[in-house]
Amino acid sequence: MGPVNRKTLFKDSRSDLFTYLGVILAFIVITMLKNRGALNRSQSGLLVPICCYIVMAVSLNLTVGILGDLSLGHAGFMSVGAFTGIITSMSLIDIIPSAPIRLTIAIFVGAFFASIVGFLVGIPVLRLKGDYLAIVTLAFGEILKELITCLIVGFDSKGLHIIFNVSGSKTANDLNLLEGGRVIIKGAQGATGTKTIANFTAGFILVMITLVIVLNLIRSRHGRAIMAIRDNRIAAESVGIPLTKFKMIAFVTSTALAGAAGALFGLNYSNLAAAKFDFNTSILVLVFVVLGGLGNIWGSILATVVLYILPEALRGFASYRMLIYAIVLILVMLTTNNPVLKSLFSRWSFRGNKQESEGGSNG
Amino acid sequence: MKKVFAIVLAMAMVFALSATAFADGAFKIGSSGPLTGGAAIYGNAVMNAARIAIDEVNAEGGMQFEFQAQDDEADSGDKAINAYNTLLDWGMQVMIGTVTSGSGITVSAQAAEDRMFMLTPSGSSVDMIDGKDNVFQVCFTDPNQGVGSADYMAENFAGAKVAVIYRNDDAYSQGIRDTFVKEAEAKGVEVVYEGTFTNDTATDFSVQLTDAQAAGADMLFLPIYYQPASVILSQANQMGYAPTVFGVDGMDGILTLENFDTSLAEGVMLLTPFSADADDARTQAFVAEYQNRYGEVPNQFAADGYDAVYIVKAALEAAGCTPDMSFEDICEALVAVMPTITVDGITGQGMTWAASGEVSKAPMAVVIRDGAYVTP
Repeated sequence: MGPVNRKTLFKDSRSDLFTYLGVILAFIVITMLKNRGALNRSQSGLLVPICCYIVMAVSLNLTVGILGDLSLGHAGFMSVGAFTGIITSMSLIDIIPSAPIRLTIAIFVGAFFASIVGFLVGIPVLRLKGDYLAIVTLAFGEILKELITCLIVGFDSKGLHIIFNVSGSKTANDLNLLEGGRVIIKGAQGATGTKTIANFTAGFILVMITLVIVLNLIRSRHGRAIMAIRDNRIAAESVGIPLTKFKMIAFVTSTALAGAAGALFGLNYSNLAAAKFDFNTSILVLVFVVLGGLGNIWGSILATVVLYILPEALRGFASYRMLIYAIVLILVMLTTNNPVLKSLFSRWSFRGNKQESEGGSNG
Repeated sequence: MKKVFAIVLAMAMVFALSATAFADGAFKIGSSGPLTGGAAIYGNAVMNAARIAIDEVNAEGGMQFEFQAQDDEADSGDKAINAYNTLLDWGMQVMIGTVTSGSGITVSAQAAEDRMFMLTPSGSSVDMIDGKDNVFQVCFTDPNQGVGSADYMAENFAGAKVAVIYRNDDAYSQGIRDTFVKEAEAKGVEVVYEGTFTNDTATDFSVQLTDAQAAGADMLFLPIYYQPASVILSQANQMGYAPTVFGVDGMDGILTLENFDTSLAEGVMLLTPFSADADDARTQAFVAEYQNRYGEVPNQFAADGYDAVYIVKAALEAAGCTPDMSFEDICEALVAVMPTITVDGITGQGMTWAASGEVSKAPMAVVIRDGAYVTP
């Protein structure tokens, strides 16, 4: 862990403070604009998914940037959270009519199940290093997606009915729901007819909770131990840091937050299929993290906002939209890696970023 | 770098300007569908054909339409809603969309809340219209196709042993299969095997085909789109397995698929509302114009998109709507007249609608002989 420099400590907490203030300020400004009707439909429709993806990017940054392990299956944990969250919300709809309370419970349940799955996946996965770990997380992400594809879930007065449809021959009719029951997840077609209860305020609160958890974890003793593992595994082990324990802490925290983001995302759309959470979504979130800078939390937030809005902003290009999106992505990656711009950025940034970003890029 | 940015900015401005230049007194028709990605062939077919129909309507000089298409990438979540919201911001008054059912279920729930009138050319899932009075369909619902297929088999292929291969992550395929199996049971058609696949596993069907053959199936029912169906046909051919293949409207387009040996589709039967070889003048004019503009034979999705524009026109005329009305008012007016109008289109004569949103038109069974549809 080394001697803690007072100056860097001060710089760190100042940077954290600016991150919190930035997010709060953005929330206040956007809410004011929204209340005055200055935001159009497509802009206000982007708010909740942006919040979800910010939580995804920040939590993935914990695994990739802080722990230094490349995970390509983050969307898998998001899907666990999304579908458990949807099941919870739709099952409780008669018992708890209040949408905010139901949303809160659904997010907690989503985070809980995602963390359990994260723990189980973490046991074999975290023994691996580097490329192997990346490939195995990718495989687990795909397995999670396929498993959810097999789920058929319904709810009636007798409780929850679940069919695990491995052979593919069963349909929602096989649930034999009583009258008044509703089908929540129709196997591969995903959840249909979900009551949408997510909103921007909930998204903002979730982003703030995520920041509190992740930033406090990073600045704590545990966080320094996790970063020590990233920077030099052997040295960390030799000073008595239990590798598995700290790796697991970072990984499970990250998956729990992904589950919470998934629950919010799932409850923002009336129809959601497991195929949404494929490899592409994991890579998308990874792109947010890489562009924002590994280990750089406010960078992840900024990159997510910019890159999520970009394809929407390019709608004017019609058929060339995705082509232009790719070109802009390449240009952005090139310019942010430009040495001149980089030194400019590090002069602006609030902490000794140079040392950290170099350490992170080894992960 | 500066130059590149200058060019990009200039392009952005050109597009922005072209988007704002619009005619007065025209209805704004919006549509969303997959214009990029794996399902783009469907979205582009609908948009291309809708543009032809809109140009025809505008050329007549009466009612005027403006059209905008947005890409939803056939996504069932955020991207579908983003595309819909973009259309709303543009000022869409009537929606011809969505092209796919997955996006449609998400968007129709939102549209029902907003009171936006939706006419989907090709979103055939029942979930799209279920419980929403403002959503209508041009294509058949999935259950109707399943029932129609089973009835046709019971009538013409008594004693057939049927194997079904369907895609169970697709609301369309699953929906047809569900009602087909139910109706087959009722009509005494024996289903000896059912095999499934998903979008990710749509490249190899040897397991399903071997099982179907082992189960003694002499008829193969494929309620799927033509791309996986083409793989099934060529693999069955390689195995030397030659059952009678029966498809539904998704099979339409198999003859125009690139790099596909159309001799493999010889004898394939399908239920379809549209055949590009039909000899009525309207279909022929549409097919000629489509080929002229886009260089390919229009499929059934294109025909649905073409009809959708004329249906919207007929409904707007019947309801007496004017372009200065808000989309909510137009929606209420159209919902009221839809069950009362009758429209002749290229996908069916005398199309009528139930208040639930379902269309009523006669399906047509065709068989492929020498690379063309003929009536058996």
